[in-house]
Amino acid sequence: MTKVVAVTGNEAVANAFRQVEPDVCAAYPITPQTELMQRFASFVSDGKVKTELVLVESEHSALSACVGAAAAGGRVATATASQGLALAWEILFIASGFRLPIVMPVVNRALSAPINIHCDHSDAMGARDSGWIQLWSENAQEAYDNTIQAFRIAEHMDIRLPVMICYDGFIISHSIERIEYLDDELVKKFVGEYKPLYPLLDVDKPKSYGPLILTDLYMEVRRSQAEVYKKVPKVVLEVAKEFKKISGRSYGLFEAYRLDDAEIGVVILNSAAGTTKDVIDEYRAQGVKVGLLKPRLFRPFPYEEVGEALKHLKAVCVLDRADGFGGSFGPLYLDIAASLCNFKEKPILINRIYGLGGRDYMPEHAQQVIEELQKIAKTGKVKILKEYIGVRE
Amino acid sequence: MATPLNLKELSKQELRFTSGHRLCAGCAAPTVVKMILLAACDWPVVVASSTGCLEVSSCISTYTAWKVPWIHQAFENAAATLSGVETMYRSLKKQGKLDKDIKFIAICGDGGTYDIGFQSLSGAMERWHNMLYVCYNNEAYMNTGIQRSGATPTYADTTTCPAGSVIPGKPQPRKDLTKIMAAHGIPYVAQAAPSHWPDLMKKVRKALEIEGPKFMNIFTPCNRGWRTRTDDAILLSRLAVETCFWPLYEVENGVTRVTYKPKEKKPVVEFLKAQGRFKHLFEPGKEKLIEQIQEMIDKNWERLLKEEEMFSSKEEAK
Repeated sequence: MTKVVAVTGNEAVANAFRQVEPDVCAAYPITPQTELMQRFASFVSDGKVKTELVLVESEHSALSACVGAAAAGGRVATATASQGLALAWEILFIASGFRLPIVMPVVNRALSAPINIHCDHSDAMGARDSGWIQLWSENAQEAYDNTIQAFRIAEHMDIRLPVMICYDGFIISHSIERIEYLDDELVKKFVGEYKPLYPLLDVDKPKSYGPLILTDLYMEVRRSQAEVYKKVPKVVLEVAKEFKKISGRSYGLFEAYRLDDAEIGVVILNSAAGTTKDVIDEYRAQGVKVGLLKPRLFRPFPYEEVGEALKHLKAVCVLDRADGFGGSFGPLYLDIAASLCNFKEKPILINRIYGLGGRDYMPEHAQQVIEELQKIAKTGKVKILKEYIGVRE
Repeated sequence: MATPLNLKELSKQELRFTSGHRLCAGCAAPTVVKMILLAACDWPVVVASSTGCLEVSSCISTYTAWKVPWIHQAFENAAATLSGVETMYRSLKKQGKLDKDIKFIAICGDGGTYDIGFQSLSGAMERWHNMLYVCYNNEAYMNTGIQRSGATPTYADTTTCPAGSVIPGKPQPRKDLTKIMAAHGIPYVAQAAPSHWPDLMKKVRKALEIEGPKFMNIFTPCNRGWRTRTDDAILLSRLAVETCFWPLYEVENGVTRVTYKPKEKKPVVEFLKAQGRFKHLFEPGKEKLIEQIQEMIDKNWERLLKEEEMFSSKEEAK
């Protein structure tokens, strides 16, 4: 039985946690994630979940405790944002190196300095090479759906890797949207019983976690870990297929919106994709063949599939809500460029940086980009490869 | 029935930290670890370690010296790690998925305890996890090559506070972490040393029998870092106790008790002179520095005795 509600993104994800009922959750407050774990703490206080909460003294300890709890042999989740993710950065690599299926929503927020509590993607982009699977979410429904699917993906026996669910701070975390909740029992059945792998608490078969491995074997360990990421897209699609059966909602590795017959395209993550799709509809009504690609599985990045989906276009603008300082491009741009670089025929690429620190992304920004792409498609010439939009110069 | 803590019975117990580890010859850390695990011989235990000598030497590639479940993550988070393991244990036990009575022990060096891991330790104790955190204290960052830590005593020569022509080793006093942990109001805090092994093992046993967070600070001589004879670890431990450089005491539910009082308190110079890290203090004109160290030790010892007296007189008044 589907239940339609009006809730914030954080509330929706807290409800997904309630339905999944992890054995242990660690929590530490940080804007704009705080509401999520606050709501979940109420479920614990009211006895609605069996979960044991660890109310740690930092995000570094939150993730450290999650690693300990997951190694102990049970289902584990936490959530963070921004500085909290940056503080826990060291432990991200340990969680993935130990192959522990920890689920962690990241409510995207800008990084200091200057301090800023609003949305951009610098936090999660800083963790993109940490070995975590990243699922990005346009709205509260996707954040809720991705959270439920994340447990299945993380805990899949072919994978056993931690998963981040990214959704935009305030824009999604604090806005009230229409959400379809799945029935509690349906979610529990979908996620299933947790299957421990080499649990530390099996004292009769003692295991050592965290050995020292030097030059003789380190590279082989890394190589074997790299192999696991190749299996992730298949599992993500399998889980999505099953999820569709219980929800009716389709998920892929990315969303291709009016892209098949398009000549120009926009690549964009999370909430700004919604605004862009509306603007695309307006241009389509005028006969402009424009489409959009919104990555969902950002790590591991499905290079081949994304390249195939974009290669026929004449011009593509990659919109990044994070910059790569030091003369480089935005992080999403680099992945799109890598997806296309080996095709003979490929679109001209430009990179635009938008929405840093919560700066609004307005329909006119999408219009500006589409106008420019039309010119590039016509002339084959690029004036500026990378620049900021929506900024006072 | 609990296994008696005597040599006859303990010698029959399986060692849960095996030989073949790669700690230095003469290192006191494996001795301390064996004593802890022997004292815990009646329970299954899970051990967590921070990055450090013990960690890098006990589990390498496909080899491990640990016959108990063991976890190491990073330098500063052993307490947080173990708090996660212990929380999962509580969760699974509550759900009826586990029925064993398992004890949780962190064994970490002074760098991972006094300094970089202090926040994680303080947090885990404040959250009242049922665990024993043990610091095997060798008074410097020995694993990275003898750098000063918050546990390094005054005027010790280390590679980052070398005894030079102007500065005579570490200028500051060491942090009194045992007192700081007692100030957390946790049920049990103790100092111990391997030279006084029945005292050490009794404290471990007592700590494990108490519900809630416990902390032990165990003096662990390091011949490489202290520049002493390879086989002098236990001798140095004894000298540290006999000179009151390292008093043996416990704070149980807020009540301080000194568990060993030397019949005749030896001058600290006897402890210092055996060690290369204090060699510069014996150069002509440095007598004052040794006097200063003696004054600090006397003051701390007297204060400790006064604390004990304060509690015992209160107990009598009751």
